Amino acid sequence: MQIYMDNAATTKMSRAAIEAMLPYMEEIYGNPSSLHSVGQRAGEALIAARERIAGCLSCDPEEIIFTSGGSEADNQAIISAARIGEKQRKRHIVSTAFEHHAVLHTLDRLKEQGFEITLLPVHEDGLVTAQQVSEAIRPDTCLVTVMYANNEIGTIQPIAQIGAVCRDKGVLFHTDAVQAAGHLHIDVRAQNIDLLSLSAHKFHGPKGIGALYAKRGVRLTNLIEGGMQERGRRAGTENIPAIMGMAAALTEACGHIDDSAAKISALRDRLIAGLSEIPHSVLNGDGECRLPGNVNFCFEGIEGESLLLLLDDKGVYASSGSACTSGSLDPSHVLLAIGRPHEIAHGSLRLTLSEETTAEEIDYAIRAVKETVEYLRGISPVWRDLLNGTRQFVTAE
Amino acid sequence: MALYSDKVMDHFRNPRNVGVIEDADGIGEVGNAKCGDIMKIYLKIDNDIITDVKFETFGCGSAIASSSMATELIKGKPVAEALQLTNKAVAEALDGLPAHKLHCSVLAEEAIKSALKDYYDKNNIEYDHTLFPDCVSCGHGCDV
Repeated sequence: MQIYMDNAATTKMSRAAIEAMLPYMEEIYGNPSSLHSVGQRAGEALIAARERIAGCLSCDPEEIIFTSGGSEADNQAIISAARIGEKQRKRHIVSTAFEHHAVLHTLDRLKEQGFEITLLPVHEDGLVTAQQVSEAIRPDTCLVTVMYANNEIGTIQPIAQIGAVCRDKGVLFHTDAVQAAGHLHIDVRAQNIDLLSLSAHKFHGPKGIGALYAKRGVRLTNLIEGGMQERGRRAGTENIPAIMGMAAALTEACGHIDDSAAKISALRDRLIAGLSEIPHSVLNGDGECRLPGNVNFCFEGIEGESLLLLLDDKGVYASSGSACTSGSLDPSHVLLAIGRPHEIAHGSLRLTLSEETTAEEIDYAIRAVKETVEYLRGISPVWRDLLNGTRQFVTAE
Repeated sequence: MALYSDKVMDHFRNPRNVGVIEDADGIGEVGNAKCGDIMKIYLKIDNDIITDVKFETFGCGSAIASSSMATELIKGKPVAEALQLTNKAVAEALDGLPAHKLHCSVLAEEAIKSALKDYYDKNNIEYDHTLFPDCVSCGHGCDV
């Protein structure tokens, strides 16, 4: 049995996305900047793809630029807002402690350049509030950047409320929507979003392609100089096949968000219920304000990497916020941000579902995780200490 | 998974000498839960020979495999020989470890030394204190 439960890492491409790409590799392979017919046909496809993606976000096609993925879009959004800010002598940025590294490391770079960064603490349930954002905004704040949904624990932030606060205070608002796009309804106008990043491979599109929405009037700073592609804001010949695949995947996903969310969240809740039966386990992140496909647990007394390796042997493909899986000494910054102590953050497991996940797979995964946690606890001196009282449990039974 | 050698995966999947020795002659525990790995070694020593050894490990795949291999390398050996066990020997016996996992083999060496020191202490046997490592030599780099 092979059960792929790492859809937050990446997804299998949909048939529609693959088929949308093929003609642009085999027949319409022209450069959209070329004047001849095969180039112009590619150019027309590019226009159509941009319109479809804009339609999914409720913005205008001119407000979309294509990037190499979510990380590039995050970098460009934040650096652009910083450059706009410093022209007005505004060098303060508000974000959160549990953003993706594409955001956090870009903010680190800006800090070195003299920007002041406020990282809002995240509540134990994995949420930040619009009030926190409101209180952190200062007269010299040029940007608020808050992720739409967290990539590790799946918690969905109050984006519309945060957007309203930013609009009232006249501060640009960027959201990293990499985990949300194609899975949740996004309306950049209604939600007062000025900048938004997305990545195709998180919603069954191809890897290496993403998009940045920038509201009309928000001047983007180029990360890549060269030709005049993307209205001069992102040089380089457009990756037409990938863009066509992304447009097809996003259109398909946005066409059935509600049905898909209902189906997947029912499976998610079944998985959460099953794993909650394991003693001294805890769900990370709020159970309700949560991506339909995200399940993230900590199990006391064990370490995540060994759990992943044994689950892999059983055919269950998952991920962990353990330090050992990242090559660093510290466990996931997300789990630490919601207040999990190091000891139990090392024992985390993320299972992320898709439309292809079945109830049988959920039940198999529950059994596999239960057996593996029990086995690893059986050889763990930490678990022994917890049982005999020399070490205190952090989680409830 | 290609992260580890077949030998590491074998010792991880089928660890040798897992468990506890209730009437152990020496017990050593090293590591820290905050850093994500703890190893505990139990020794049974008879006439200066390690007649039995068991381990318990909280940690990643290479930590479990390193503990398993280290116990295999000292089982049946004289105490003096077990004291010579190096992290390098453990890593080599496992056909190598990824660079960022070498500290697991260091922990295995230290867990065994710590258990031997406990044996010496319990039995009032004189020993050379410089043979036993402290936190400084661990190289793990954690701040606890």
